[in-house]
Amino acid sequence: MLRRRKIVNGVMLSLTGVCTVFVVGVLFIILGYLFWNGARYLSVDFFTKLPTPVGESGGGMANAIVGSGKLLLLATLIGVPFGFLGGVYLAEFGTGIFPSMVRYMTDLLNGVPSIVIGIFAYGIVVAPMHHFSTLAGGMALGVMMVPIALRTTEEFLRGVPQSLREGAMALGASKARTIATVVIPAAIKGILSGMMLDLARVAGETAPLLFTSLGNTFWSSGWDKPTAALPVMIYTYAISPYDDWHRQAWAAGFVLLALVLLVNVVARLVLAKTSHA
Amino acid sequence: MSSATEPEIIVGSINQEPLTSSGSAPKQAETIKLSTDRLNFHYGSYHALHEISLSFYTNRITALIGPSGCGKSTFLRTLNRISETIRHTRIDGRITLDGEDVLALDVTNLRRRVGMVFQRPNPFPKSIFDNVAYGVRVNGLARGTSVRDVVEKSLRRAALWDEVKDKLHQTAHALSGGQQQRLCIARALAVDPEVLLLDEPCSALDPIATAKIEDLLFTLKDDCTIVIVTHNMQQAARVADNTGFFLMGKLIEFDQTEVIFKNPAAKETEDYITGRFG
Amino acid sequence: MSAAPTALPRSRVSEFAAKLRAGDQLAYMLTLVCAASIFLVTCLLVYELWLGSALTRHKFGWDFILSSTWDPVKEDFGAVPFMFGTVVTSFVSLLISVPIGLGAAIFLSEMALPSISDTLTFLIELLAAVPSVIYGLLGIFLLVPVLESAVVPALKGVFGFLPIFSGPFYGVSIFSASVVLAIMIVPFIISVSREVLLAVPVDQREAALSLGATKWETTWQVVVPYASRGIYGSIFLALARALGETMAVTMVIGNTSKVQASLLAPGNSIASVIANQFNEATSDVYISALIELGLVLFAITIIINGVARIMILTTGDKVGK
Repeated sequence: MLRRRKIVNGVMLSLTGVCTVFVVGVLFIILGYLFWNGARYLSVDFFTKLPTPVGESGGGMANAIVGSGKLLLLATLIGVPFGFLGGVYLAEFGTGIFPSMVRYMTDLLNGVPSIVIGIFAYGIVVAPMHHFSTLAGGMALGVMMVPIALRTTEEFLRGVPQSLREGAMALGASKARTIATVVIPAAIKGILSGMMLDLARVAGETAPLLFTSLGNTFWSSGWDKPTAALPVMIYTYAISPYDDWHRQAWAAGFVLLALVLLVNVVARLVLAKTSHA
Repeated sequence: MSSATEPEIIVGSINQEPLTSSGSAPKQAETIKLSTDRLNFHYGSYHALHEISLSFYTNRITALIGPSGCGKSTFLRTLNRISETIRHTRIDGRITLDGEDVLALDVTNLRRRVGMVFQRPNPFPKSIFDNVAYGVRVNGLARGTSVRDVVEKSLRRAALWDEVKDKLHQTAHALSGGQQQRLCIARALAVDPEVLLLDEPCSALDPIATAKIEDLLFTLKDDCTIVIVTHNMQQAARVADNTGFFLMGKLIEFDQTEVIFKNPAAKETEDYITGRFG
Repeated sequence: MSAAPTALPRSRVSEFAAKLRAGDQLAYMLTLVCAASIFLVTCLLVYELWLGSALTRHKFGWDFILSSTWDPVKEDFGAVPFMFGTVVTSFVSLLISVPIGLGAAIFLSEMALPSISDTLTFLIELLAAVPSVIYGLLGIFLLVPVLESAVVPALKGVFGFLPIFSGPFYGVSIFSASVVLAIMIVPFIISVSREVLLAVPVDQREAALSLGATKWETTWQVVVPYASRGIYGSIFLALARALGETMAVTMVIGNTSKVQASLLAPGNSIASVIANQFNEATSDVYISALIELGLVLFAITIIINGVARIMILTTGDKVGK
């Protein structure tokens, strides 16, 4: 009986190790395959040329890279201020039922599938304007950024010890001044890392762009025209029947993933160093 | 170290020099259930226990006393090798149970024979019944209806049966602290251990609960050899047949409880007893 | 002190105080507005979904979620094929990912050295940062061929008699989508479960071991039950993600708006049909139907997320942390 229990013990514990190896293995396969394929098909053209017409080979994704940049800029301009200041509110002024409701709504909004956010942006921006635009895409991404930006800000501000606030206020600083000059600087590292992670997350989002910024085979000037974006190009090219487009999709995937992972690793390492519960 | 040819109380010492006590001849022949011989214990590079040689007599209660951090709990935890759950620890020396080398025994089996009750009550998130039955079931000691008999018997031995017999299937966490600790004792008793180790079992309890548990120990020693770590000297004086005094990882003195408290041989023991430190 | 006040005249004092308060007031109002904007956005979102789906809500009423016909030409829309697709892919992905994820979480919390556990957890959490479209890309070109050449033939060999594994397999299918989803959600299960397992008090393990239980018995019969609520919470969290996952699913599910018994057949989830067809929706009714699907999805994820949150917050509650 004891022997059987010992055998079960050994087998089950080994199985848990197998599960771990499996999961980590999948990670390495994903990264490895993508980087191998992506690096193979990467070229200078990729970064500098526009896409060629359907079916023709060659060309690149220069417009998608710029387009993604514009969309993310807009998303940041929308998402960060609202998220950051909202987080300040919850951390510094927030007790009672209203802040609790705000927190609940934030988590709610965070859980909304990105495609539904896309529908929302469609209704708010695209439908009234009667055409797709960078503005709509940027708005969708910005809305997606707010919940995480808010929660991150709140969390890190809360982590600042109360004694710091009291010290400043005892010297005569007003609450606003204390927050601006003492509390926020103390938490800034964590907040910035959180924002970076947030940005990396929306950088890879495709669904909300499908019917907001749509796509564009040319350069998109200004903010009121549809624009190409890296994730959307990956999608479009991957499901197409053209080999050349598949190759470009790999290259694009490589670039996107490299950027996203780089930001993630850096932000997390910075976060790990900050004393953070 | 002094020892006679017959089993008798062995007195440990600091510098390996014999330290005799006065008039300590045992009243009857005693058998040694569990003993250690020159036990050393390391946490990583920290040498926590030094050359502990100590014997626990069958069906007797032995108390281990000493100031905080003296190593008595650490020592207790080597006896059922629960110390091994912490990484980078090392036991050197011998531990013997009924003449067998504890370090060579199958650890799962050892722990069934040498049970432990912890400082804070730690019942499982299960019903009262399932808590007591846990060790029985996992070791396959009884099946079906006989499990119920074992549970009842153990709860009676732990003086808890009357208080819980109508709510056996309620969660253990509904009980008070003192009741939970008696439940933990019942749980440990259910696997019929030969030795029961108690690590400051009453330190989280009120005086009434403490008294109940002390009374319990007297009845238990008939079936069991008991080792209790306590920082409450009065408790040791009340319940223990023999007492060992620890200081800074060393066993300073070990003798009948009466002797330790009325006529200690070592100065450190006397200082501790009279409250000059600790 | 002389009787005549040498302090600032009253008006300047109160002016100064007002400015001070105004600074604080301003900060308060500004941050309050931003926080309130969340309210605004969420309410606006629900309003948009409600308004945008008005056409089909009035036309079909409750039949919308009861009908399994999706015919844009005849303008007859029903949500059942997509609810089916969403539920089945999520369910199957949980079936795959929960055992593996829980197993890995147990290993990382109970077996591995802390430094190894931390490193591996870090790497596994990176998996969660990979964008959905990349999973889709790998799904199409790496996973589907592997499924086609090795996994599905093996499955069909052993289980082919079951209806769920009947029929031809052309790569894109409910099954492929489920596998991709499983890979995408396993990091959540591992991350949260590992944390709740690590939080189980040491003396619970010691108590079980002291009774003569083996390490596995201790882990499975004492530690995991103690953390069970949090583990269920992690599963719900993973489920919530799976339900809303769009791109990876869209790229490997096959875009077929029909309910079929076999997992090997193509299908559609709510998210994937919206992604696939929104830009092709020519009529107002068509768009309204898709928006109503968005509303349904929204409702489902809200509920699941809420349950998940409660469970994770109350882990260990019944035992008194």
